[in-house]
Amino acid sequence: MILDGKAPTGPIEQSWDKHRFEMKLVNPSNKRKYKILVVGTGLAGASAAASLGELGYNVEAFCYQDSPRRAHSIAAQGGINAAKNYPNDGDSIYRLFYDTIKGGDFRSREADVWRLSQVSNNIIDQCVAQGVPFARDYSGYLDNRSFGGAQVSRTFYARGQTGQQLLLGAYSALSRQIKLGSVKMFPRTEMLDLVVVDGEAKAITIRDLVTGEIRVHTGDAVLLCTGGYVNVFYLSTNAMGCSVTALWKAHRKGAFFANPCYTQIHPTCIPQAGDYQSKLTLMSESLRNDGRIWVPTKKEDCGKPANQIAEGDRDYYLERKYPSFGNLAPRDISSRAAKEQCDEGRGVGPGGRGVYLDFRDSIKRFGENVIRERYGNLFEMYERITDENGYQVPMRIYPAPHYAMGGLWVDYNLMSNLPGLFVLGEANFSVHGANRLGASALMQGLADGYFVIPYTIANYLVQTKPGKVKADHAECRKSIDEVKGTKKKLLSINGNKTVAEFMRELGTMVWNNCGMARSKESLTEAIAKIPAIREEFWKNVKVSGTGGEFNQQLENAGRTADFMEFAELLCRDALHRNESCGGHFRVEYQYEDGEAKRNDADFAYSAAWAFKGVDKEPELHKEPLTFENIHLAVRSYK
Amino acid sequence: MSAHTSEHKTMTLKLIVWRQKGPNEPGRFENYVARNITEHHSFLEMLDVVNEDLIKEGKDPIAFDHDCREGICGTCSTVVNGVPHGGQVRTTLCQLHMRKFKDGDAIYLEPWRARAFPILRDLVVDRGALDRIIQAGGYISCHTGGVPDGNAIPVPKANADYAMDAADCIGCGACVAACPNGAAMLFTGAKVAQFAALPQGQVEAPERVANMMKEMADCGFGNCTNHYECQAACPKGIDVKFIARLNREFLKALFMAKAGTFTPVGE
Amino acid sequence: MRLLSDSIGRKAVVAVTGLFMVLFVVVHLLGNSTIFAGPDGINAYAEKLHGLGPFVWAFRAFMGAMLCLHVIFAILLTLENSAANPDKYAVKKMLKTTFAGETMIWTGLLLLAFIVYHLLQFTVRVTPDIVLGNDAKNRVDVFTMVFTSFRITPIVLVYVAAMITLFLHLSHGIQSIAQSIGLNNDKTMPQFGALGKVLSALFLVGYSAIPVLILAGILAK
Repeated sequence: MILDGKAPTGPIEQSWDKHRFEMKLVNPSNKRKYKILVVGTGLAGASAAASLGELGYNVEAFCYQDSPRRAHSIAAQGGINAAKNYPNDGDSIYRLFYDTIKGGDFRSREADVWRLSQVSNNIIDQCVAQGVPFARDYSGYLDNRSFGGAQVSRTFYARGQTGQQLLLGAYSALSRQIKLGSVKMFPRTEMLDLVVVDGEAKAITIRDLVTGEIRVHTGDAVLLCTGGYVNVFYLSTNAMGCSVTALWKAHRKGAFFANPCYTQIHPTCIPQAGDYQSKLTLMSESLRNDGRIWVPTKKEDCGKPANQIAEGDRDYYLERKYPSFGNLAPRDISSRAAKEQCDEGRGVGPGGRGVYLDFRDSIKRFGENVIRERYGNLFEMYERITDENGYQVPMRIYPAPHYAMGGLWVDYNLMSNLPGLFVLGEANFSVHGANRLGASALMQGLADGYFVIPYTIANYLVQTKPGKVKADHAECRKSIDEVKGTKKKLLSINGNKTVAEFMRELGTMVWNNCGMARSKESLTEAIAKIPAIREEFWKNVKVSGTGGEFNQQLENAGRTADFMEFAELLCRDALHRNESCGGHFRVEYQYEDGEAKRNDADFAYSAAWAFKGVDKEPELHKEPLTFENIHLAVRSYK
Repeated sequence: MSAHTSEHKTMTLKLIVWRQKGPNEPGRFENYVARNITEHHSFLEMLDVVNEDLIKEGKDPIAFDHDCREGICGTCSTVVNGVPHGGQVRTTLCQLHMRKFKDGDAIYLEPWRARAFPILRDLVVDRGALDRIIQAGGYISCHTGGVPDGNAIPVPKANADYAMDAADCIGCGACVAACPNGAAMLFTGAKVAQFAALPQGQVEAPERVANMMKEMADCGFGNCTNHYECQAACPKGIDVKFIARLNREFLKALFMAKAGTFTPVGE
Repeated sequence: MRLLSDSIGRKAVVAVTGLFMVLFVVVHLLGNSTIFAGPDGINAYAEKLHGLGPFVWAFRAFMGAMLCLHVIFAILLTLENSAANPDKYAVKKMLKTTFAGETMIWTGLLLLAFIVYHLLQFTVRVTPDIVLGNDAKNRVDVFTMVFTSFRITPIVLVYVAAMITLFLHLSHGIQSIAQSIGLNNDKTMPQFGALGKVLSALFLVGYSAIPVLILAGILAK
């Protein structure tokens, strides 16, 4: 099937304005009759719930955390892009649009990216009005910094905690609506199924994580704002609770999963120290503005203390290979370059899996105080984890799974192929193509929630009667029975291996075979092995306790079970895409210098997969990508 | 990310852990042993190891709240040897590493204890009261859209920095846990101070502080007696000067109400 | 009226009444110091004070009100605080607070008891040690009265103990006033902290000097 993204036609500059005018509106007095279920309260979810509640819709919001303020958007450090052009350095909506399309390696929908670039400016205004304490210069005006993949300073930031501050802004707006009664908040609640009635998403089945109660919430539309799935690699920079569960349940009920193989590996993470490790910690890539990345030129120097390696024996490989972008080369390129150096045996630290990020020259130029002012919290964080002082010895970094560009397929209105099911933020596949540029995730989450969904959801709601499905509908009862059955099964196996052991086994295998570099062989191997792990899981997992109580093991077991199924789709998508682009690097498809070799003739499409059964091959649907405004070109950062 | 076997020598630790089945159940301490812990384990990774052992023995693992494990989400919440988050300066429990402990150490683990934070299970408490304080007024009531350009209102850098210092709060509740009075003054003060320092926030300043203080009392938090234990325990080092600011803003609102320039909601 | 019902309002009441009492303690110390000028000093001072007539009673009523408000609200807040923290930790390590800070309610109650005793002794003059009489200029001989009482060791010990209690109470209390009424910021916080310590130490030395020097025979008739 050829999918239609329903992107508006005509001049791109007017596409969003024109579309906004053409969409239907819900009469203000009718809005309260519609109930909207928002799953997840990160940037996308909180901003959507708050904005929709304010418009007068009847909103119910759900999160698995104990408070909506804790969603993992909070961990974003660096900043948020906007085409304000405050520094007068040549930025424009068009340039942000261009950079995002190019950064995404020409695998995203032009109209969506244009809209994102256009509303980026509104986001900054909105956040300032909410009291987000963005960095300012001495004039009292907003300050900007530069970020990977861009040659202009368009990134707004709040110290090293931009994600936290933006989330707290959205959370405050959400809190205001909760107080006003327009949004009902359900924390410590996990969505475990999507209820589809007559082809439309009409309810969700949830589990109360405190009491264990399983029940259905019905509504007129469902918004999934549940983030990404890179915890499929077991070790990632995501929070422990991040999972593919909500997306996967929707996928099983018919929603297409698009481009799962586009996963981003962040270049500046703290390397793994041991195999007991539970997660990886990211340090903002803004560090690359002042830090220089290098490895020893000679393998035999790798064991030496960094400060004893002579200047001539240091290979600043990013500056060498990409002279114009240098240490600010995009994330996928920087990550892969680090892997190459380590594969050549020139990595440093435990297991030879690390490269140096050195501030010596910047400290010499600006003084330690300036560096401390800019990145003090990151240096502190590094020292807490590694026990090393980054001002005195170079930091060690290594890439880690960080962000999922892929997600549920959505059209221009952010609606999936299931009417009534909308997907926002990292959970959808839309704007980042095959690679996301720094400081763009926050932008997308808030754009979707504040400035896109409030318009596009009306277009769907006007053509549906409110309150169509009640909680006693047969599909709802069926869904509850299914969820209860799964929980019961997990509790009854009583095997010998813990959930964490299974997840570690699956994740390590997926990382090794479908991580930074993929090949036909590695992927074929993974696709063969995953069903075996899955089978063992359902025979030999050990989950103690009961379903009717606070039971973190049971939560993890459910999430792991979904990763077991999803991992196979991830590998299948990676195997089918016979090209390298952005975060998807197939070793068979590269230029002689190791750069990714895209295949526009055969793969200029988004791959949207339909679920056909756990042990059945998924069905591929394609949405062709056309580029009318930006010329398809080999992405070069040299 | 190849598996790297640590060459560091390992530690064995004795844990004395608060176990409680549910909010209204009695709790008690139980003893456990954590084996094969290296100095590079984070505290929560040490607990993971203990829990894996417990699961294999067919026992209930210790329930503890955690999520981001990078010190920013504010979920982790355990009092370790009498100090919330374990006592390393400006460090959440998830960022505390076992190199701060010695082989053979006995470690007490208790949940946040305060009337406003009912225990849900073991080390997990319900911090919904903090959300309710924010819902009472911890925001600027702007609508989505229809706001001026971000640079329309300049904010002196000193004020922006001050607001950011206050906004650093991760809402973990360690201040409440450390407070001998179970008060949430540092949490509330940080939010009030953040907005009071910004021109955008000054419009609603009196209503905000009046409503948040009322909610704080309704939630069952205690009063400040200026011990400053909250600041000492805060993983973000939020300064008690923000409590002074909260006091000032409240008294200001009180006098404004007296002068008739401000009518508190519900009075 | 949220001044009396809200947490911060009540604390402000405790702080402001405390502030007035601190000011009284300053004035009282200056007044007492006239004893170092001998019988002529303190007897003259006492007579002047009593000559103010109704003002003395207004002042006494005001200080009495301050004391009552201070005590009532401090007790109320303390009861609320212990109710807000019903389950104690098995292990609790304090990181920043001081002995003085932790014992405010107890030092406060001790001081209340001392004030009652002190008033009965030197104001109402009903305790057994009191010697009443007039001096050569026919003024009430306050000097002899005080001197006689402070030649009795247990009484001096009670006074010195009370002054140590006052020192503890105010070394936390004075900086606490600044915090509770919202005067503290980065700059003033250490200043008020230092002021509190210096003042409370001055009170300890100044007030204790009188009974100690009399008992030691250094301050003589």
